[in-house]
Amino acid sequence: MAMAGICYNDPEYRASRYSGRGGLGATMGSKGVKAIVIERDGPGVEMADSDLFKIGQRKLAEALRNHDVTKPGGALNSFGTAVLINILNQAGGLPFRNFRSGVFDEAEAIAGETIADEVKKRGGEGMMGHSCSPGCVIRCSNVWPRKDGTEHVSCIEYESDWSLGANLDIDDLDAIAEMIYICNDLGLDTIEAGVTLGVAMEGGLAEFGDSEKAIDLLREVGRGTPLGRIIGNGAGLTGKALGVTRVPVVKNQGMPAYEPRSVKGIGVTYITSTMGADHTAGYTIAPEILSVGGESDPLDPQGKVELSRDFQATTAFVDSSGYCLFITFALLDSESGFEGMLETVNGVLGTSYTGDDVLDIGKKILKMERKFNEAAGLTRADDRIPEFMRREKLPPHDRVFEITDDELDQLWDF
Amino acid sequence: MAQIKVNLFANLRRFNPGGPEAGEFPLEVEEGSTLSDLFRELGVPKEEVKIVFVNNLRRQKDYVLQEGDRVGIFPPVAGG
Repeated sequence: MAMAGICYNDPEYRASRYSGRGGLGATMGSKGVKAIVIERDGPGVEMADSDLFKIGQRKLAEALRNHDVTKPGGALNSFGTAVLINILNQAGGLPFRNFRSGVFDEAEAIAGETIADEVKKRGGEGMMGHSCSPGCVIRCSNVWPRKDGTEHVSCIEYESDWSLGANLDIDDLDAIAEMIYICNDLGLDTIEAGVTLGVAMEGGLAEFGDSEKAIDLLREVGRGTPLGRIIGNGAGLTGKALGVTRVPVVKNQGMPAYEPRSVKGIGVTYITSTMGADHTAGYTIAPEILSVGGESDPLDPQGKVELSRDFQATTAFVDSSGYCLFITFALLDSESGFEGMLETVNGVLGTSYTGDDVLDIGKKILKMERKFNEAAGLTRADDRIPEFMRREKLPPHDRVFEITDDELDQLWDF
Repeated sequence: MAQIKVNLFANLRRFNPGGPEAGEFPLEVEEGSTLSDLFRELGVPKEEVKIVFVNNLRRQKDYVLQEGDRVGIFPPVAGG
């Protein structure tokens, strides 16, 4: 089933953290792998130079503790990643009703601020500042409580909040929590689940805003009914089955929570990324919306191919290190933190990478991924945006996606 | 005078005159007021402001407020 991700346990053994995207769960399933258990008393990680690692670790931790976004009591720690809901909405880049608008009038009802307020009011087992991984400095996860204070789900993060909320015209956090719970229970990618339900609503299987019906459609996946199997195979297949052309996918993968017509650079990343529409592959949202790592006008198509290429290359390096991508928010603004990250890598591997190597290594990784895709039969024709985004002007900015196919192809000229 | 609507987000919600959970509020500002003037009037330290949107467009601190503007004020935020 294409919507299946690989689910990891969090420190309290909740099956709730994901390698969600790209159908990795389906790949494992095709190999007959049901689960991998790692014993606690493993051999650990061998280090080439543990002193250097410790020096780097200190610098990196200090950068994270000092940056306004990643520090204790900062935006991520206090409000979780859903702190993005309001700012994307203000920027006109929060996809609403299967990408019909970039503004959701009820955005505040599902925003990180509201999640934090409600967690506090309900009390009990709910919490903000939850750590999804042992030793995390940032702690952006949360545990959402039911109205009676008992635990409902971990965690309501930005992408799930958007895909199962704003994208479906649903402003009820308890309904969103229930859908996240179902995704965790079944092992589904929450982004793909929400994008697929958006396409299903577009195709008439439910009305936008009908959270009860949305929950029921998602439960069909677990029941293994014919309809459940269609939905479980993602937005692309569901669009075909229902004859819907407004299907926001690239390389058959559903688009995440940023509208490419309002934020051009992230559109370039969606279209050219080797794994299909993926925001994390080259998160140009940092300069385009958040003013982190410089500033770039989100509506201006100029220079976005280069911007996305640089972000994709740097990200390929950071992803290969195994670090959480959120460290880059601090690293983009802190030379010492960046240096520290490299020192930890060099300390483990015995390498002597410098900042100058990062882009080159990242580009090599991208080329390798590209070759894999080519061997699998993908071509330039797969680096394309859904047609409706070239034709339909998106409110509130009334813009289409203007970057041409030829310009997009230039991303690979390096 | 110009009638505008203002909203403060994340850690800046504490400067909302109606309380942190009050959401968007109307405000009357003098003709020619800039965003910097608005921060001063609301008591928001300018170093805590990272990003401002006016009518869905990012604006700098010297932007002159117009009748009917909707202003969203943010501290540093991120996610993904």
